[in-house]
Amino acid sequence: MLTVIHEQRETTLHSIDVDADSLWLDSQTIERTTGWSWKPQGLCQADTCIPLPRDGHLVRDGRLDVAGMWAYMGSPVVHDQARTTWVLGSGASQRSQLTPGTPAPDFELPDLSGQMHRLSGLRGRKVLLATWASW
Amino acid sequence: MAVALDDPESARSWIESAAPSYPCVIDRNHHVADLYKLVNVPQAVWIDESGLIVRSPETAGATDGFRQMDREKFTLPQEVMAERQRVKTRYLDAVSDWVHRGAQSRHALDAQRIQARQPEASNDVSRAHALFRLALSLRGAGQDIEAQVHFDEACRLHPDSWAMWRQAAPKDARGLATGEAFWTRVDALGDRPYYPPAHLGGAPGESA
Repeated sequence: MLTVIHEQRETTLHSIDVDADSLWLDSQTIERTTGWSWKPQGLCQADTCIPLPRDGHLVRDGRLDVAGMWAYMGSPVVHDQARTTWVLGSGASQRSQLTPGTPAPDFELPDLSGQMHRLSGLRGRKVLLATWASW
Repeated sequence: MAVALDDPESARSWIESAAPSYPCVIDRNHHVADLYKLVNVPQAVWIDESGLIVRSPETAGATDGFRQMDREKFTLPQEVMAERQRVKTRYLDAVSDWVHRGAQSRHALDAQRIQARQPEASNDVSRAHALFRLALSLRGAGQDIEAQVHFDEACRLHPDSWAMWRQAAPKDARGLATGEAFWTRVDALGDRPYYPPAHLGGAPGESA
């Protein structure tokens, strides 16, 4: 069993195609685990497509080494020693400026009852987004 | 919207005591901290009705006064407590001003000009968030020893994040990460702030 974590997605896969620092996933699995799409023009999300390296070393038998692609994109990828839990992180280029006048990044999180709340669901109201913790 | 950088079990009693009328969400993976470059609690971001940022993430009415606490008696000097209350009130008054005046609030108007610059995007910080997430997953699976390795590396890469450090740290019976290791790390700040002050709008030299 393999767990792939990306942003708020956490997907368990039953087939494992891993060697060293490579994580080989097919197109459908890439979409499911990350929301990114593997298209002829490259790895795409919304209106951004990152072309794959020309030498093709990240492609094998219809699978893409997403870990290698993540590193190629300058985004962090980490895994546990057993190589059964992988985190495909978001790189600095995928994070917003956060300056006044720019869009506040959207997110969806649960309350204690498990009901999901989206920041964008509060459009039309002023929002004070405040952090706290028990620690 | 209150975001608990915390697990639901730890957050529960606090939320239930507060009985809030606003959404209180649980961010056990510190995802919002990653999105908004947050490093501590309390921090706040002001967002207008169109979903645009009005004030960038900043300390929300807290001070470094706690650093003057008597660590044996757990007491604070009176003047420190008064200053803490003053700063908190000033921040809440600023929020209230914005609620009533909107974009005309001086705290909104001056934000671009006088707020502190946001931290630069950093590969180390991005990697720290990925490692932190990995560590949380491992800890959740009972793999505490390996989790600690990744927590430690995350904190090494993102030393400014008290949220990461305190979430990772062992908790006392009250659920607090305020033991000796915490104070050692705080003392190591030297002159650097634990809570960088928010620079609210208004008279020159005025700050929260």
